[in-house]
Amino acid sequence: MALIITEEQKLLKDSAAEFLAMNAPVEQFRDLRDSNYKPFNENLWKQIVDMGWTSLTISEEFDGLDFGFVGLGQVLEEMGKTLTKAPLFSSIVLGATALSNSSNQKLKETWLPMLMDGSKRIAFAQDEHNYFDPTAIVTSAKKSSDGFLISGKKTMIIDGAGADTFVVVARTDEGEPALFMVNSSAKGVSLTSEILLDAGTYASVTFDNVEVTANDRISDVGNGTVLLNQILNTASICLASEMLGIVKEAFSQTVEYLKEREQFGKRIGSYQALQHRAAIMFSEIELCKSIVITALQALDNGADNLDELASLAKAKLGKTIKLVTNEAMQMHGGIGVTDDVNIGFYFKRARVLQRLFGDYNFHLDRYARYHKY
Amino acid sequence: METTTTKDLKEFRLETRQWLEENCPKSMRLPLKDSTDYYWGGRNASFASEDQKIWFEKMLEKKWIVPYWDSQYGGGGLSPEENNILTQEMLRIGCRKPIFSFGISMLGPALHKFATEEQKIRFLPDITTGKTWWCQGYSEPNAGSDLAGLQTKAEDKDDHYLVSGSKVWTSYADKADWIFCLVRTDFDAPKHSGISFLLIDMTSEGVGTRPIKLISGKSPFCETFFDNVRVPKENLIGSLNDGWTIAKYLLTHERQMIGGVGETDVRKAVHQIALENLPTKDSILTDGVLRPEIAELEMNDAIFEMTIQRITDEAKTGVNAGALSSFFKYYGTEQNVTRMELLTAIRGKDGLVWESENKKAASETRMFCRSKGNTIEGGTSEVQLGIISKRILNLPS
Repeated sequence: MALIITEEQKLLKDSAAEFLAMNAPVEQFRDLRDSNYKPFNENLWKQIVDMGWTSLTISEEFDGLDFGFVGLGQVLEEMGKTLTKAPLFSSIVLGATALSNSSNQKLKETWLPMLMDGSKRIAFAQDEHNYFDPTAIVTSAKKSSDGFLISGKKTMIIDGAGADTFVVVARTDEGEPALFMVNSSAKGVSLTSEILLDAGTYASVTFDNVEVTANDRISDVGNGTVLLNQILNTASICLASEMLGIVKEAFSQTVEYLKEREQFGKRIGSYQALQHRAAIMFSEIELCKSIVITALQALDNGADNLDELASLAKAKLGKTIKLVTNEAMQMHGGIGVTDDVNIGFYFKRARVLQRLFGDYNFHLDRYARYHKY
Repeated sequence: METTTTKDLKEFRLETRQWLEENCPKSMRLPLKDSTDYYWGGRNASFASEDQKIWFEKMLEKKWIVPYWDSQYGGGGLSPEENNILTQEMLRIGCRKPIFSFGISMLGPALHKFATEEQKIRFLPDITTGKTWWCQGYSEPNAGSDLAGLQTKAEDKDDHYLVSGSKVWTSYADKADWIFCLVRTDFDAPKHSGISFLLIDMTSEGVGTRPIKLISGKSPFCETFFDNVRVPKENLIGSLNDGWTIAKYLLTHERQMIGGVGETDVRKAVHQIALENLPTKDSILTDGVLRPEIAELEMNDAIFEMTIQRITDEAKTGVNAGALSSFFKYYGTEQNVTRMELLTAIRGKDGLVWESENKKAASETRMFCRSKGNTIEGGTSEVQLGIISKRILNLPS
């Protein structure tokens, strides 16, 4: 398979870029932040639903478009460039992926249409610690007469406030991690929110003996780890797509600045100390483009080395986004560290994206273990 | 429905596979140890083994020394698809190249693009039969990174050029039959505009060579001296004073070659060597510094390969990948230098062995030393970064 996007995918990418430039430029991000950290623009979310971005990865069986992750990845990349805030990642990449890979037909039939039309939103509740560790699940799902009782504390839940339902990872009596749908208004659910560096709202939720029915279980017995892994891979690859957008945009703005800004009577882009660093970034970004398209295609093809490619993508983009946003700040000089210009937004968003679903170190270790060293 | 073409290609693959199985000697399927395993051809050709001779002659008979050149020049006349299949099938069982030749990888493409038909007929067939060993005369003692500052002069003497000057870093000049050279034919023009591309017979009177001993202890390079050498005018390729165009074109090929683009990867994975040499716990490396360095190297290797693939695929759709050869050269050689440095660290004392009964260890230490030249030859990493910043990023001068 050629490592390029198809005409159709290109069309989607171009239309996304055009739409976002018009309806969700970086100024919208600034406005939302300055409006008491509003999580996203409701009207924009409706438009995103109308354009079908929420249906791209959903099967035709549930009236989705079945267009695939390469397509969604193009949209996420463009959203990265404009720092567009919308619950597309939380509700679709995480929520819908959990359901799509489940064998619980009833949950799928009920929820997938509502996720696609935007009338309901799901948030994914996995993290329990200050560091990402999908194996360290303490939250429990104790068998009750007609279902389970969920107890535990989850943190760093993306778009958690305002979600209708949580997908909660909890350990069953047998010790296996399992996934459950838990209504956000159920008895025993309490939520607090924090604003993180990227001006995003992240929830911490306590589940205190919350009752769920047997049918709220998303993962089959014995299948929890596999499903969790599929979500982790999908999330890592989709985050890498968004990170690619940020890397490209921060780099492009920086190169433009190098061509404009004059010091000592010359444009600063003529200085070799900066030229070589720009060329090094260019090279790293060439690699980033390749791993992102490879991993997105693998996601659509159900490749058997998805663990390897997801970690490659998240690690490479994690390392490069750090390099590029740091260089972007430094090369913008004093103005770069002011709130007046946008380049600092990319740097702040980058740090959160680096941490989500495993940082560079996590995925480097996972990659090495995949290759048995 | 299957088209005739894909059916033909399937047959071609099967035939090729069978032919290679039958004709490639077993020892010619082992990874190359070092340069003594290479066959270079030339007037004074000598084979390192009987198998090497058999393999070369079989491939020659099949016209597969340069399978993708036209048959009128002694090539195999294979289509790009067929050539791909042949490459894949050779890789599959680890066949060595029958010959190593700068004539094939560098001069040939330049002749195809810039030489007259007469010149093609004169020079290309001796490349496809391995009769001529070509070397490259580019760098000079005072023109390294600043290649266009070269001073070797070719004076117009009506029926011939008279060449005087010296070249440096000429690969195997002491063994080569002919040299393709950049010479200055106009001293008054701006430096890029007064250069011509000349082919010179190394047996001409006035040509001398002296090997340069490297830190690896070996001498793959020479200095080459021209003392009033008479060169026939029909040996000029392209237009007079337009040699820089050819030089740039040819450097693109050289950079891809040094960057390792399109080369087979028969190397053992670095982590395999680490697992054999370093302590482990539950079969995981315990060295908290080397392990992430190995993983980073191997991750970048894997993604670099994807990048070669992606850019090749994009080029097929018409995206111009020309300036990217600097990126390939820069990244590929930096990766190689990092790899060799890591391997040396992993191999401990063995990584320092210079002369010993342990010939393999000594050879690897010398390869480590040799790798230090990778980020210099063919344009330093700094030159490549400069090209990227100017030609691709359009940063100001």
